[in-house]
Amino acid sequence: MQLQYFLVLAAALFCIGIYGLITSRNAVRVLMSIELMLNAVNLNLMGFSNFLDPTGIKGQVFTVFVITVAAAEAAVGLAIILAIYRNRETIDMEQFNLLKW
Amino acid sequence: MNLAEGVQIVSGGILAVMMLATALGVVLLSNIVYSAFLLGGVFISISGLYILLNADFVAAAQILIYVGAVNVLILFAIMLVNKREDFKDIPGRWIRNLSTGVVCGGLFALLGTMILVTPWSINSTSPAVIENTIVEIGKHFFSDFLLPFELASVLLLMAMVGAIILARRDLIPEAMPREETITTSLTLPERPRELASLGGGSGEES
Repeated sequence: MQLQYFLVLAAALFCIGIYGLITSRNAVRVLMSIELMLNAVNLNLMGFSNFLDPTGIKGQVFTVFVITVAAAEAAVGLAIILAIYRNRETIDMEQFNLLKW
Repeated sequence: MNLAEGVQIVSGGILAVMMLATALGVVLLSNIVYSAFLLGGVFISISGLYILLNADFVAAAQILIYVGAVNVLILFAIMLVNKREDFKDIPGRWIRNLSTGVVCGGLFALLGTMILVTPWSINSTSPAVIENTIVEIGKHFFSDFLLPFELASVLLLMAMVGAIILARRDLIPEAMPREETITTSLTLPERPRELASLGGGSGEES
């Protein structure tokens, strides 16, 4: 098991997350794609922590912080989606243009 | 990691295939409920990869927080906004999808070549694995990462307050001189919702 294996895996997951973030029209799916991207970053951190810094595991500490921020982001994001849904009666991302022009 | 090398490679391959397949399912499936359940599959396979990377505590935290909290929260949000609507077609949308796919594939190719070309300075000897990662993470938390650790609690408190305020029903009562509603210190200043009809209709409001 090499470091490159995990890095390529994390890169693939990140690209899938970007694709879903841009192309999906359901607002909840956008949040799911953001979670995918955060998990890819976590996988990178864990890989570097295991292979380059195996004694002082600072990467795992950073991963715990990223998980914390991701949980907070998910809660606030879903609350925003609920508020928008209550105002606009839709969750289509193409129709959320309140701040667009 | 005291597994054999072959076991590690085989389980890593299985977890990688599972993770990529479920991630593609999250992005590409049309039913949002299937996507939410497949997201749990992604999180579980990433947790398995963490175990392969000698990080048992973070693997357990991944399952607890992501599968147990974030995924359930997403499922609740899907239930709350459960409106089966057919999105209107936008002309030229396939161009957008195609160009996004090309850009993402190009980004992946770029990252892949960068990863494979870069000579990582790994000491080839098998790394000295820490036996008890929880003790080590705890030492980090309470010595040199104490300030971010405390700030994380403040961040979680702020996120909780913000989520409650955002998702509350009506922030401003539309008519200030209302009839007498008993407000104690335990009631939020929001409009009291009309009672759900006692007989039949249920689950109507949002």
